[in-house]
Amino acid sequence: MQRQLANMKQSLFDQGYLDEQFIQLEELQDDTNPNFVEEVVTLYYRDSVRLIQNIEHALDKNPLDFAKLDSHMHQFKGSSSSIGARKVKIECTQFREYCRAGNGEGCKRTFQQVKKEYATLKKKLEAYFQFARQAGPVEKACRPK
Amino acid sequence: MDPMSISTSSASWKSGDGVSDQFPAGLRVLVVDDDPTCLRILEKMLRNCLYEVTKCSRAEVALKLLRDNKDGFDVVISDVHMPDMDGFKLLEHIGLEMDLPVIMMSADDSKNVVMKGVTHGACDYLIKPVRMEALKNIWQHVVRKKKHEWKDKDYEQSGSVEDGERQQKPSEDVDYSSSANEGNWKSSKKRKDEEDEGDERDDTSTLKKPRVVWSVELHQQFVTAVNQLGIDKAVPKKILELMNVPGLTRENVASHLQKYRLYLKRLSGQHHNGLGNSFMGPTDPTFGPMSSLNGLELQALTSTGQLPPQSLATIQAAALGRVANNKSAVSVPLVDQRNIFSFESPKIRFVEGQQQHNNNKQVNLLHGIPTNMDSKQLAALHQSAQSFGNINMPIHSQSTQSNSVMGQMVQPQSRAQILNEINGSHALNIPSSVGQPVFSQAIPSAVLGRNGIDNVRVQTHASVSQPSALVDFSRSQRAEFPGNNTFSKGSGGFIPNYDVFSDLNQNRTDDWGLQSVGSAFDAPQHSNLQGRLDVAPSVLVQPGFSSDQRRGHVRTPSGNKVAFSAADGLGNNTNLGQQIKAEDMGFQNGLFPDQFGQDDLMSALLKPQQEGLVPVESDFGFDGYHLDNLPV
Repeated sequence: MQRQLANMKQSLFDQGYLDEQFIQLEELQDDTNPNFVEEVVTLYYRDSVRLIQNIEHALDKNPLDFAKLDSHMHQFKGSSSSIGARKVKIECTQFREYCRAGNGEGCKRTFQQVKKEYATLKKKLEAYFQFARQAGPVEKACRPK
Repeated sequence: MDPMSISTSSASWKSGDGVSDQFPAGLRVLVVDDDPTCLRILEKMLRNCLYEVTKCSRAEVALKLLRDNKDGFDVVISDVHMPDMDGFKLLEHIGLEMDLPVIMMSADDSKNVVMKGVTHGACDYLIKPVRMEALKNIWQHVVRKKKHEWKDKDYEQSGSVEDGERQQKPSEDVDYSSSANEGNWKSSKKRKDEEDEGDERDDTSTLKKPRVVWSVELHQQFVTAVNQLGIDKAVPKKILELMNVPGLTRENVASHLQKYRLYLKRLSGQHHNGLGNSFMGPTDPTFGPMSSLNGLELQALTSTGQLPPQSLATIQAAALGRVANNKSAVSVPLVDQRNIFSFESPKIRFVEGQQQHNNNKQVNLLHGIPTNMDSKQLAALHQSAQSFGNINMPIHSQSTQSNSVMGQMVQPQSRAQILNEINGSHALNIPSSVGQPVFSQAIPSAVLGRNGIDNVRVQTHASVSQPSALVDFSRSQRAEFPGNNTFSKGSGGFIPNYDVFSDLNQNRTDDWGLQSVGSAFDAPQHSNLQGRLDVAPSVLVQPGFSSDQRRGHVRTPSGNKVAFSAADGLGNNTNLGQQIKAEDMGFQNGLFPDQFGQDDLMSALLKPQQEGLVPVESDFGFDGYHLDNLPV
């Protein structure tokens, strides 16, 4: 089962959903905080709801306030990058590019991508953590090949 | 390492015989970030480095924590983008008030943001997501800062004797400096070089040297001197002579001057937009109301005859004049509502006090200085502080200086007032003490107010002799000893010499302004303070003179780090007497931003009317006037 868990994780990395930062989190996990990674990811998903809402509200405005959009996205991007959410981060960067260019349509489109990646990662991580709990003690983080 | 070792190591780290084996374990870190995910991750990373972590999601809360626990932290890590307060502003406040190393972090790695961090005085800038490796080495910033401070102190002490003996009349200096402006600059540059060399000389003993704490009083003296000379012409040597503080070295002054200048620069940038009617400028919305308050008070004062109209004008003119020197375009409104009478008196006291306890002050709170000196010095301070405590504003003796001080004080006062207002402390009760200078907050350069905190409460009590003027220096000044654990609280002594001492002994409550400052600080947060108050230290020192009415002691607006450390611990309750930190001397550049402001104010205030000012003394509650506004 441990091997399956390792494979799951490896594929997340291989597919680009997660990056090096996730490994940093795993390295922080220890006996005093055996579920640290899950705890942080949960915290992220909980807190990011309001960040996403902020962006959505801002996107509903007319005309669009790009500075504000950029600022909100900056926050969301920072949060996402701290857990290693690679694809989410990439979409966030694209969004900010559109903001800077004043491209409202581009922003709206990209934001849909952001949300999609965000949701996909969430599902995958939930599955991963569930499996990890079943598999027993958390294995030490190992870098993806 | 197990927890046990951490605490032990912390202890050793603090106590001072140098770096312990476990160092940097036990380093006390305050991390501020509005993002809970990042905050949690940072906390864990720092704990894994064996640091003692305190996390905080709001800048205001962080400031309060820092103010309430002077010397409770060694380093601060803060995010740049936060909803309640800009990270750079926080950085400035911390720099001015506590002089702790601050590390900025952000997901934004664009050059201009990183540059902003540098100019605001951040020790380091981390790009998010932050990695463990980056955090492991943050202790170097703490050590570096301490080392630097120690060196200064050391040097200062050696140079103090000759410096203290110089006596010059302010007027003479002014003339001289104006005519020999360039010469002064060059010579000051040379001196700076010398100072640098001197600083480098002493590596082994640096750890043990006490810091010069730039108490509010000291800062005011500084600002006074700077104002007399003119900001452009103010060179450390001349300033030192004007200040005539025994034990203070040119190096101390030089570094303080550097900070003061930066502070003023920053203020001027901020004030540009704001100075308009509301003295505080647009950036500080909170100030707006405060300033109005000040104005009211000022007017009240004027009407009651306490503040001679001319003095107000003078102050303002001085402030304005000062501003002109500075590049700040702050347009100080002539009618400065914020003049705080009380400010003046403390200043006077300050001067006196200063002299008296210069000697004693050497040690101000050696916070963070991991040596035994701390305790000894503190003891010395305490003693001196006590003696001071009894001094009730003698200051008159230095009429010239006092005047200048007063002038300067005015400025910070206004700020402090504003701050106070914010806090609701209302210290402004315009003290009945006569002759209290009114500080016009309008003075943008009055960075003094920085202390943000402002509690510049002017003690309005009628009790003239109250030492309330004791500015909370300790609070603000604290910056000096970052992380001094061993900080003996007593040393908080910054003792703003204002005759507050006597009061202090009685009740210096801890709130040296810090508390009020804290609150005030947040609110008004003067925009001035942005970034580091490095600006000319003179401005910064804003002795939080909060006329803590309850306490009766004056709080120094802290911003200046001066004597902060001492004040912190001590200020709070003790009689300031004890705490008299070696503000003057030890303070190594501590940034006494607050002090500066006061000085300027004082000088502005004092200049025109020496006589009037002198009498006031007591109760000056300087509450953190923000000197920011004072144009220096």
